[in-house]
Amino acid sequence: MMVTRAALVFLVASLWTAAQAFEIEQPLADPALEARAAAINSDLRCLVCQNQSIADSDADLAKDLRRLVRERIAAGDTDAEVIRFMVVRYGDFVLLSPPVKPATYALWFAPPVIFLLGAGILYAYLRRARRAAADAPLSEAERQRLKVLLGDSESD
Amino acid sequence: MSERRETIETRADAPAAGRRRWLYLLPVLAFGGLAIALAFGLGEDPSEVPSPLIDKPVPVFELPPVPDRTEGFSDADLKQGEVALVNVFASWCGPCRIEHPLLMRLSREGGVPIYGLNYKDRPEDAKQWLDEMGDPYRRTGSDLDGRVGIDWGVYGVPETFIVDGEGRIRFKHIGYLSLKVLDETIRPILEELTE
Repeated sequence: MMVTRAALVFLVASLWTAAQAFEIEQPLADPALEARAAAINSDLRCLVCQNQSIADSDADLAKDLRRLVRERIAAGDTDAEVIRFMVVRYGDFVLLSPPVKPATYALWFAPPVIFLLGAGILYAYLRRARRAAADAPLSEAERQRLKVLLGDSESD
Repeated sequence: MSERRETIETRADAPAAGRRRWLYLLPVLAFGGLAIALAFGLGEDPSEVPSPLIDKPVPVFELPPVPDRTEGFSDADLKQGEVALVNVFASWCGPCRIEHPLLMRLSREGGVPIYGLNYKDRPEDAKQWLDEMGDPYRRTGSDLDGRVGIDWGVYGVPETFIVDGEGRIRFKHIGYLSLKVLDETIRPILEELTE
């Protein structure tokens, strides 16, 4: 009897501390607003862990920022306003998809430009090689040499 | 054999070879350039994110003091025409303990006022910290929920800002202050700003 009571007390106590540790976040009541908050959260970088979004991160700052995103949305901010709020404080780095602007042109456009350049060079090279092969008929000397070579291999 | 190949090659490519030989160097040069650029990138600390708040006015805020200290901390304190340091600290932050003696030394020198932003700390812990280790701050603001910290773009405690006399943020250091950072980075900026 004593043992079961002790076990019960222990169980309740550990559940209570667990509940404290994983303090559950209050989602927004309106599912549409909560969906917007979730979308924004997964687009914002957690600056503590850097390769996680604040939606995925368990860092304290990420929790605070999630709460802040919900607050701003509940207060009637548009998505762009919420994101601007973050960028003003933490810079473009807080965005997991970098914005297209002069400083990031190289980032966005270098890969396709390099690809097209490479494709162009390859195309020109192949075309020239094919034309050179097709256009140049054998000279008399080459024909003679070819005959010798073929003759050689036959006699082998 | 080698002689034969030579004659064929020279006949086919003779005019083009000289002109295009440098083209073969291009990939090598491109690779070299990229390698050098990336090598420089390796030396940088990716955990230090440049703050967009540099050269911007400090955010508007008003914080209550840490217990037993009479004066809180607000943006008005930073607009008195005096260059100042703002140090973000917390009693739960290990590296803060490392930099604390330097802040104490700086405060004894008396050249620049230091303001403390006590970030997400329990008030009684903050009080105990300052009582035990010394209080280098002219004023200390207690940012219980970290909202003011977010307005300052804080993401890793400790952080130290240099604010000019008009209340503009001029420099931000992320992580604890070392003697090297203090002497080689912070002091020169302070000198430049107070001139």
